[in-house]
Order: sequence, then structure tokens, then C-alpha cells
Amino acid sequence: MSSAEITASTGGDAPAEPRHGWRLFIMWFVLALAADLVIWFVWYPHMPPGRMSDNAKGQQFDIAVLAVSAAPVIIFVLLYFIYSIVVWRAKPGDESDGAPIHGNVKVQLAWIAGTTAIVLWLFIFGTVELVAPGGAGGGEGPSPIWTLAGTKSSTWAPGGNDTLQVQVIGQQWVWTYRYPQFGGFESSVLYLPENTPVEFHVTSLDVIHSFWAYKLGVKADANPGVDNVAYTSATALGGFEVRCNELCGIWHGAMYNSGYIVSPSAFASWASGVQSKEQADGVLTALPPYALTYDPTVVPQLGKQIVTIDGITGGAGYYYGPGNPVTP
Amino acid sequence: MAIETQPERAEPVGRGPEVAGAGRPWWLRPGVVTGLVGAVIGYFLGHWLGNLLGGDYARSALADTNDVAIVLGYAFGVIGWLAGLGVFNDLFGLMLGRPLPEEPRLLGREEPGVGKYFRYTLDHKVVGIQYLYGMIAYFLTGGLFAMAIRSELLSPTYHLIGPEQYLMVVGEHGTMMMMMMSSVILGPFGQYFGPLLIGSKRVAFPRLEALGFWLTPAAYVILLSAVLMGGFPTGWTGYEPLATQATQGEDAYFFAFGLMGISMILAGFNMIVTVITYRAPGMRWSRLPMFVWSMFTVSFLQVLAVPVLVGACFMALADRTFQTAFFANQLGGSSFLYEDLFWFFGHPEVYILALPGFGVISEVVSVFCRKPLFGYKVAAAGMLGVGILSFFVWQHHLFDSGINPDMRPLFMLTTELISIPTGFIYLVGMGTFWKARIKFSIPMLFALAFYFNFLLGGISGVFLSDVPADVTEHGSFFVMAHFHYTIMGGLIFAFMAGIYYWLPKMTGIKLNERLGKIHFWTMFIFFNSTFLPLFALGMAGMPRRVFEYARNLQTLNDWVSISAFLLGGSILIFLINFVMSMLFWREPEVGNPWRARSLEWQLSSPPPPENFKRVPVILSDPYEYGVPGALPVAELNPPLGVIAGAYAPASGGVEG
Repeated sequence: MSSAEITASTGGDAPAEPRHGWRLFIMWFVLALAADLVIWFVWYPHMPPGRMSDNAKGQQFDIAVLAVSAAPVIIFVLLYFIYSIVVWRAKPGDESDGAPIHGNVKVQLAWIAGTTAIVLWLFIFGTVELVAPGGAGGGEGPSPIWTLAGTKSSTWAPGGNDTLQVQVIGQQWVWTYRYPQFGGFESSVLYLPENTPVEFHVTSLDVIHSFWAYKLGVKADANPGVDNVAYTSATALGGFEVRCNELCGIWHGAMYNSGYIVSPSAFASWASGVQSKEQADGVLTALPPYALTYDPTVVPQLGKQIVTIDGITGGAGYYYGPGNPVTP
Repeated sequence: MAIETQPERAEPVGRGPEVAGAGRPWWLRPGVVTGLVGAVIGYFLGHWLGNLLGGDYARSALADTNDVAIVLGYAFGVIGWLAGLGVFNDLFGLMLGRPLPEEPRLLGREEPGVGKYFRYTLDHKVVGIQYLYGMIAYFLTGGLFAMAIRSELLSPTYHLIGPEQYLMVVGEHGTMMMMMMSSVILGPFGQYFGPLLIGSKRVAFPRLEALGFWLTPAAYVILLSAVLMGGFPTGWTGYEPLATQATQGEDAYFFAFGLMGISMILAGFNMIVTVITYRAPGMRWSRLPMFVWSMFTVSFLQVLAVPVLVGACFMALADRTFQTAFFANQLGGSSFLYEDLFWFFGHPEVYILALPGFGVISEVVSVFCRKPLFGYKVAAAGMLGVGILSFFVWQHHLFDSGINPDMRPLFMLTTELISIPTGFIYLVGMGTFWKARIKFSIPMLFALAFYFNFLLGGISGVFLSDVPADVTEHGSFFVMAHFHYTIMGGLIFAFMAGIYYWLPKMTGIKLNERLGKIHFWTMFIFFNSTFLPLFALGMAGMPRRVFEYARNLQTLNDWVSISAFLLGGSILIFLINFVMSMLFWREPEVGNPWRARSLEWQLSSPPPPENFKRVPVILSDPYEYGVPGALPVAELNPPLGVIAGAYAPASGGVEG
């Protein structure tokens, strides 16, 4: 766009007039370069959402690239306005009119070409970034087309490149996580192994929620009766928070719980431990068979009891007593 | 379109009575008082009918939780309100073969007093002023709810209002602002100046126009009545199935939004026909003021997009009352259907909010730069381009919702494409500033602030359009900051520019300049100090519409809250200025204080009752500042019966 300004200034200047276009260009170039360098080298490593997973890294990279692309545009427009109100403000008492310029075809064409180029660049960049790391962590609906590489099987063991499947069940106002590869046990805390492709199946029991694991770079709406798939792969150990990101009723603001990234072997021992405990408590047999969407209404049809505690059905499953699901 | 639509009359021909019911005492004449009586009667009639019809299958008739009774109460209440206002009088009069009452203003007579503002008046200038006061009232109400939200967010846990009240306040604030403020410029300035700027004595459908206004107080009261029923928990989007689960406040939400939708459709329809058919001779499309272009485009958006909203509201009310299942996943409906319908309206809606701002700013910038608008055709193309593209972007609100994943690159592209025509608006503004004689009047200050705010709002929109970045930003405070920058920072700043620019024309009174400058600077500083940190809050992972947030975000939230209160104080300064200037100081401003060329400023302030004694003949562009030998914008007193092509020079004296 700076070229547009040069054309404008060299177009029809009076000889005494300073070369506004060049002045603007030089100021813009210096400021934009400085801003971009600061953004890339100082700000980028600290940008949200951090680097806890490959998606988060990808989003951080995206936000940084967008910031680097946006800063010159913002600086150009602001600089232009500041420059013009300093240089071309009317002196007090000056009632004369400005130069009668109705337009300038070259400037207009350059502007259109410039903005179109920026837009196409952003589109191509965004699409590449969306496709490459397994759909960028967004919910892809029931039939995802961009997935993470990993072996899918009915069991999961550390060491290989098995995809861990986790069903995320939203309900007012709790998150429950179900691990179908471990007998389908349920947990109210999300444990995930490090460096493992994870496939979330997000669904809801009542209204629309949204599963947002900010540090993992995952966000997928939980729609009742719909399986919404999202991928991530954690690259660092540590805790993270899961929040509901879609207004779901009065306690929406309090609908959050936490998760942990642990080593694959620690995850395996935790998961099989919980599995055998829930097996022993009889919870696993009470659960409905694993399905991609979660429908509690099938339980009475299976001849099983829905557990209520103080008249309230508790937990995502509706099927177990106060000791379950496991809250470590 | 060079046909004179108003036959010139030598002398007025009296037909019917001038004001309906003029012989009766004031409280029996059709007006607000009789309207209120009709509304109350209608509400109770509808409520009774609803309990009669739906008492056995809706919740509990005795506890007043019967949705059927409440919805029918609203419906009959609105009909009673309109009947009491006298909306149907002319219709029934025509059916009975009575002559229609003549509009006194078209005979050149002004109705004295303020009574005309409280009646179903057919004068577009009266409707404009009615809208102005209405919109200020609606805006202040929405703003008070915002103050309540920010008070609650002073602390990371809930402390002031409970979670249910918090959601009520959030929903009321969001809905009040999004639905009522859609008319904040189209209402006051569009209705008032639309006909004046195109050289017309009237609008095409004055009854539809007045009806459009009188639906807004009804929608406002109905929306507020949700407070009496505990509010609605869905925010301004009303997502299903939460909306079906919600209590009776949700009925108020859907009914009010649908009603305001009808008002928007009527206003848009009237504006389209007026602009197409009522332009004065010589007012070619290439001379149409940019503000009229923006009104014209917005009207198309309203007429084409808002019916989808009205349909969605109707279906949602049907789900809630007579137990249909359009949006219930378990019963064969789809909650995605509601999301799609809502955003198919909702995205054009945000341009219904943004485009009028572009229009006002384009007018203001040209006048105070003392230069022709740079790239007139580019500006018009920008508005049309934004308007057309706005129909093709709605699924960017649903990137993470589980739509078909291959839709996402497509909607990313369309969303990013819309920044090209939006960029045109900046090109026009920046080109106009080139070698200008910039005067820092208050409207110009607001225009400059508009460019600043809308720039940040627009660029943050590009971050949201990028799907991977949107996974972090979607539904967070980042989005909130984005649309407050475009709507509050764009639309409301443009509205303020419009008030300072046009109020002398509308009332003959100017606002105090010192207070105006204080108002501008406080509003600009505290607006940015309120909403800029919200980008950071969203990036740090704070979702929208929560009353609990991470403790480490408290400092920033407190900063935002205090700035928001100061921003409220700035609006208070405006209010003081407005009330004192209009009621007590009354500094007259009758001439053309801005030395503006456009048509409305060639008239007296306020304009004569019938706008133009004769239909004017437009001679040149409204933006020909500094053009040597430019003709005046119009011949206000052309010889009788003149036709455009025969009178105006072919080129209008300048390149078009």
C-alpha cells in the first residue's frame, strides 16, 4: 500500500511541496520493521495459548504471523492519519478549500491489488495451518477429514503410536471424560499422556456446551446427540484448565475443571487402576455401551437403574453413587 | 426517475380533518395515552385467551408460567398498542369510504407544540426526532446493564449479583444493544435526512415508517419485561436448546427480537422505495450522497436478512408454546438449524450496524476536509460489496461447532474477502485527507476516532477469521472486544458525530462545544481503556458471559471495570450537554455552520414543514468543495413543471 502513496505524491505536486509520499514511506518502513521485529522476537514466545501441545504451538504461530501481517497495516493507517492531521490541518481562520481531487485511478488500483494480495495470502496461510496439524484443534463434526497420524485400536498401550480416544461429555454444569479403550470408565478429571495423538469425541447431554482446553489449543462445541471430533497431541507435562465456552445456563461461569498431562506409563497405570476400581464397584457394568454420542435415555431400556443422590441425578453417567466417578 | 411525484398545488385542497380526533380532549385523541390503554387491554385479553387455549398442556397457568398466555398477551398487547395509537384508523376509514386526513405539513403548515411527537405522526422529520429520543433512551438502558456487568466482574467470584441475575443482565445488555441499536442511525438520521438528501418532500410509505418507529417502544418494553420473569439465560444469541429449556423470560426475548425485526423490515422497505422513486430531478445514482448509499444498502440487508430472524423467532416460540420440535435434536429437529438461521441474520446484522457509520463518516469527512470525497465510486462499491458479501460469511461463527470441516476454508475466504470492500472505506477516508484543510470540529473528532476504533476492530476481525487462531479466540473476551470496537467504537462514535453534525439542522439548536469536546475526549480515552484490555483478557483464556474467572485476571478486569464506569460518566456528560442545550441554553444555530454543500444544509434549520417549496432540481455533486466553477448543489426554486434532463447540464458541470 505504500507504493500507492508514492504514486499519489509524485502525481501532481507543486514544486515547493515536500514529498509527502516518501516521508510517509520511510517513517512507515522504519516503524513497521521495528514493530514486526519486536513482535516476532520478543512477543511471539510469550503469545497465547502457549506451547503445551502441537495445536497450541500452531495457534501461537498463527497468531504471531497474523500480528506480523497486521502491524504494518495498522501502523500505515494510523501514521497516515496522524501525518495528515499534523501537515494538513487548517490554520485558524483559514476558510479555503482543499485540493479538488476526486480520485486517482492508480492509487485506487494499487490499494485494491494490495488488499487483495494480503487477503489471499491470509487465506492460503490459514488453510495450510488448518489442514496440517489435524484440523488445528477445532471441532470437526462427526466425520473429520484432517486427522492426526496414529494407530486406532480398541486398546491403548504406552510406547506405540496408538491414538487415545477420549469422550468428552458436557452437561449442565459438569464435564465428564470417558475412556472407551479402558472399559469405558468415566472420570471427572482429564488425564492425558504426553506425546500421544488424542482424539476427543465431544458430545452433550442437554444443551450446547463448548469444550475449551485453552492450553491444549482445543475447542469443540458439545451438541446434544452429535459427535464432534477434535485432535491434539500434548508436548509438555503439566496441568491445564477446561472451561465451558458456550453459554449453557446459569452456572456456565462455574463450569470448569482441570486436567493433567502425565507420562504415558503413568497414564497407563492410572487408567488401568481406575478401570479395575470401577469394575469392582460395578460401575462399568451399569454404564451404557460405548457409543459416539451419549444418550442416557437408553439406560432404562437396558434394564439398568439410574442412580439419584438426594433427588438429583449426579455425574455425567447418572449411573453411580457418590464415590464415583473417580475424583483423584 | 425524473418525474415529479408531488403535483404542485396552487392552493391547498382540504379533504378530511387534519389531525384525527382533533375535536376530542387530548387524552381521548389517538396517541401514546390511548396506546397504553390499548396495550393493557390487549395484554390481558391475550393472556386470558392463552390460559384458555394452553392451560392444560403448558406449565402452570396459576403460577403465570404459561408460555402460550404470555406470548399471546404480548401479541394482543402490541395490537392494542397500535390500535390505540391510531395505526389502523386510516385503514378502517378507507374501508368505510371516508376521505383520508390530509397531512398538514404537505400543505406547508407546521403542527405547533410537542403533541405531534407523541402521536402516530406521518411526517418523516417528526419520526426522525421520535427515533432520536427513543434510541438515546434505549442506548442508555443498555449501557446501564453494561455497568452492572462490569460491577459484577470486579471480583473473580460472584459477589454482587447472583449467577441468574448476572445472565439476565448480560442478556438484556446484549439484546438491547444489538436489536435496538440496529436503528440508531437509520432511525433518527436515515428517516430525517433520507428524503431531505434526495430532494424529496416525503417518504414513499409514511405509514410504514411511523409504524416502524412505534414498534420500537413495544419491543423495548417487552424485552425489559423479561426482567420481571427472571430474565433469559441465553445472551443475545438465544441458542437452542437452552432457549427451550429456559423460563418465561425467553418468550420476551424472542417476541421482542421478532417485533424489532418487523420494525427493521418496514424501515428498510420504505427506505428502498423512497430512494429509488423519490429522488429529485437530477439526483442521479452518481450524485447520491454517501449517507444515502449507506442507508440504501442497509435497507437491502434488513429486507433480505431480517425475515430469517423473524422466522427463527417464530419457530422458537412455536417450540416453546405449542410444542413443535424445530430445534430439539432428540425429537428430529436440529440445534444447528437455529444457529444457522440466527447467524444468517446475525452476520448481515452486524453490517446493518456498521454501514450507517460509514455513511455518516463519509459525509462528515468531506465537509471538514473541505475536499471532494476521494473515489466516490469506490465508496459506493465498498458499501455494496460489504452488503453483498455479508450474506456469505455466517458460518464463521460456527467454526468449532461441528459443521462440515471442509466448509471452514470457504468461510475463512469469504470472511477475509469482506476486508477488501471494508478497506475501500479507509481508502476513501485517507484519500480525502490528502492535502485537505482539516478542521477539528466535534463531528470531525468523532470521525477520526471512528477510523481509529474501526481499524482495531476490523484488524482483530481478521484474527478471528483465521480458523486456527479462532480456535483460541472464539467465544472469548477477544470476540467481545472485537465487536465492541466495531459497534461501540464504530457505530456509536458515528452516531455521536451525526448528533453533533446534524442536531443544529434538526432542531435549530447547537450543543455546547466545550462540553462536547470534553465528552469526545473522555469517551475516546475511556472507550479504548475499557475495550483494549479485553483483547488481552480473551487471549489469556477468559470466556464470554462468565461471572467467575481466573484470579490472575482480576487486575486487568478491575481496570476494565473502572474504565467502563468512567466511560459511563462520559456518556453522562453527553446527556447533560444534550438536556441542558436542548432545554435551557438553547443556543440557536440557524444557518449553515459547517459551510456544507449537501442539500439539507441549503434549507432553513429546522427545514420547513414540507421540506421544499418546490421539488428542487439537483445540479451537481454534494462534495464539490474547492472545485472551481462548481454549480450549487441544487436549484431550490426551479420554474414550475421542469424536468431534470431539460434543465440540468448533462455533466452537472463536473466529472461525475
